[in-house]
Amino acid sequence: MADKTYDVIIIGAGVVGSMVARFLSRYKLDILLIEKDSDIGMGASCANTAIVHAGYDPKPGSLKAEMNVLGNQMFDQLAGELNFSFERRGDYVVAIGPEEYGKLETLRQQGLANGVPGMVMLNGADVRQREPNINPEVSGALWASTGGICDPFSVVIAAAENAVANGVTLLTDTAFQDFIIEGKCIVGIKTNHGEFRSRWVVNSAGLYSDLVMHKAGLRPEFKITPRKGEYYVFDKAEITINNVLFPVPSETSKGILVTTTIHGNTIIGPNALEIEDKEDRSITPEGLNEIWQGALSLVPSLNLRYAIAEFAGLRPGGNAPSANPNIKYNKDFIIEIPKEVDGLVNLGGIESPGLTSSPAIAVRVVELLKDAGEELQEKPDWNPIRRARPRFRDMLPIEQKLLIENDAKYGRIICRCENVTEGEIVAEIHAPIPARTYDAIKRRTWLGTGRCQGAFDTPRVVEILARELGVSPLEISKKGKGSEFLVRPTKDEEAE
Amino acid sequence: MLKEKYDVIVIGAGPAGLAAAIEAKKTGAQDVLVIERAQELGGILQQCIHNGFGLQIFKKDMPGPAYAQRFIDELAGLHIDTLLDAMALNVTSERHVYATSRTSGFLELDTRALVLAMGCRERTRAQIALPGTRPAGVYTAGTAQRFVNIEGFMPGKRFVILGSGDIGMIMARRLTFEGAKVERVLEIMPFLTGLTRNYVQCLLDYDIPLQLEHTVKRIIGNNRVEAIESVQIDSQRQPIPGTEETIPCDTLLLSVGLIPENELSRKAGVALDPVTAGPFVDEKMQTSVPGIFAAGNVVHVYDLVDWVTQAGLLCGRNAAEYAIAARKHHGRRVRMKAGDNVRYVVPHVLDKESLAESAQRLQMRVTLPIEEPVWVEVMNGEERVTRKTELYVRPGEMVNIDIPQSAYDAVQRASELSVRVVRR
Repeated sequence: MADKTYDVIIIGAGVVGSMVARFLSRYKLDILLIEKDSDIGMGASCANTAIVHAGYDPKPGSLKAEMNVLGNQMFDQLAGELNFSFERRGDYVVAIGPEEYGKLETLRQQGLANGVPGMVMLNGADVRQREPNINPEVSGALWASTGGICDPFSVVIAAAENAVANGVTLLTDTAFQDFIIEGKCIVGIKTNHGEFRSRWVVNSAGLYSDLVMHKAGLRPEFKITPRKGEYYVFDKAEITINNVLFPVPSETSKGILVTTTIHGNTIIGPNALEIEDKEDRSITPEGLNEIWQGALSLVPSLNLRYAIAEFAGLRPGGNAPSANPNIKYNKDFIIEIPKEVDGLVNLGGIESPGLTSSPAIAVRVVELLKDAGEELQEKPDWNPIRRARPRFRDMLPIEQKLLIENDAKYGRIICRCENVTEGEIVAEIHAPIPARTYDAIKRRTWLGTGRCQGAFDTPRVVEILARELGVSPLEISKKGKGSEFLVRPTKDEEAE
Repeated sequence: MLKEKYDVIVIGAGPAGLAAAIEAKKTGAQDVLVIERAQELGGILQQCIHNGFGLQIFKKDMPGPAYAQRFIDELAGLHIDTLLDAMALNVTSERHVYATSRTSGFLELDTRALVLAMGCRERTRAQIALPGTRPAGVYTAGTAQRFVNIEGFMPGKRFVILGSGDIGMIMARRLTFEGAKVERVLEIMPFLTGLTRNYVQCLLDYDIPLQLEHTVKRIIGNNRVEAIESVQIDSQRQPIPGTEETIPCDTLLLSVGLIPENELSRKAGVALDPVTAGPFVDEKMQTSVPGIFAAGNVVHVYDLVDWVTQAGLLCGRNAAEYAIAARKHHGRRVRMKAGDNVRYVVPHVLDKESLAESAQRLQMRVTLPIEEPVWVEVMNGEERVTRKTELYVRPGEMVNIDIPQSAYDAVQRASELSVRVVRR
């Protein structure tokens, strides 16, 4: 392993790292993508509001604004090539009462400056007609037709799978520890699984991107402050809001939304609480209450009785001043090849709209490498298409029938709420990026996300995982080592 | 072999479904099918290996599997079809059932009466918005019960149980038998929510402390539960500051209530009571959709299985009566086809059961005149069902023939009957 020199090592397989891997896999490069967790996309990429933003929020002139609008435009083609779930439904910024209405025009002007197409101002009656559940005191809305929703984890897995199919090596459970630097040149990295040498390293470590760049001696003042956002998810059978509803944003946050997911659930959230712990995804009564109050001001008819899940995500918020000298903004993305060291593509502070921006960031990374003198040669056999695997619940009865006739495992339902079949689970366990934990299967198939929250499927999934991986059920975990479900056989079993 | 159309289909083979299927058959329903998602009949009873079942109905204290077995045995003797390891995916208000299984594939079935007996599910951590981290080691009591009693694995060593529901208390005892330490049972209400007999037999007898007006303030641990923080609450259900206590444990079991499982009912258009979360039912256990019945925990959550069985019996009887009445009017039908020298036949279709009540008259016109004696014949393929003779036939004069009651069996075999008029 030590003899080999990669062309590019990418640290962190979130949406940005996976997207960079996918776009770089087009070229004749030997690429290693490493991820410290047991699965890809477990950080900010999988716990967020799942929105492909139109781009009226970021400060005009910032990298955030530029990447947002460019990234948004790329999603249709990308969803087509990579086969992830994406719907361009548009979104609304909803003004309640006359005072807020005035702020919508400011937002629209900002959107126009950022190059956001297809924005329309609506009056209160229009909004009530389009979303009957809205607070009747609605005074109007900014409608952005290019806003969209997606399954964010499916974007990550699709990009990473396509990268792997095009020759990228992925190592999970592999944590960056330090750079190997010769002179002012980065020549590799040290990890918990040994050293890997490479000509380029991409820092896409998300919440940990500050620590990674500090190891290279860069931007010692740069700090990621995790901003926690909590969410409620509602039973899709009980509450359906069909639109993406933002409140009028504040200086610090886009506010607490009421929105639909691509799976049909209504979700509300997030709040925005700055914390120090990069792993603290706990939910709190205070946070839940805050999002509840915020959501009620948009949709008063919500009923907490129908909440089926809560979760929290961490936004990797940075403090980098904008590279654009014409604007004053100190929370911009970092996308650079720094002069202080050679061989590093440095990405940092990629918080919202990071998911939307991710393909544009990946394209920018390609451009930066070209500018730095890399002669990127296209592979003749690069395949941009990643095929989707069957999703039983999204099929018509006739399609389901054919699927089962072809493989009987698709006839056995394992998750009763979301109708996920054994066939889908087995396919994910043996996929190009295999799912080896319960949560990995959950993120890929949406199993266990319904109203019973896995109470029914968990024992069955443990059994299937053990069978397919050829291990004891005692080794099956929720999310990697230390999170095993079971501790020992019962006395009867031991006696046998 | 499964049939395409049943008198009664029962969804769920727990105590309610088993009783409904048995009683439907005994009441006179001919074709009865039970669809069950587990690999065996009995539902949740199979993992309830503790005693306490059957005192009302059998005047005997039985464990869950033994109680279920009585009904499984009876069902087996009644020629009731079963579809195991199968999931009903969808049900329409016209009682069209879509189901799937690994062994039988994708199925579309019709039924004259449908019994919903899907039972209930447990409330989860999310439904009570339990704060803290989301590690492994938080289970509903029923899931833990399945791991221990069916799969043969212990889900933890050191437990705290939230909720004094029956399954939670029964699991406290079961886990203690298995050598685990149950630190305590916390109950947010000022009273026990399960049966007193379970409190005595499962907690008191094993020195497991019960703390009323206490709840879990937060869950601690990133990968696996490491502890929970408990807190006392006041009469407004608000935490009392300063009463927090950190209890080290590796598992938190939840026994915080049951909710009727009505996703299929909803798809069928059945109206649900927001209070019970189950269907509105009449005295026959019929829901708001004619021909769709419901019984057991799918309607409202029972405390004793014996009462669930009784509800199933009542429901099965009424479902069968509905189906028998429906059979008279909407039974299996046979198409009538115009054969040689016949322009049309009325009626176009015939209810096969109609012959059980009387002979059925067919009326037709011929295509061409035949001025000599002819046979008017009703055929099932090459098999002759009945015939009569006429001296002549002419297009202007309608021809009649009666299918006699004696042809009942022959008609049952047919999917199509053709009528022809031929020279003798």
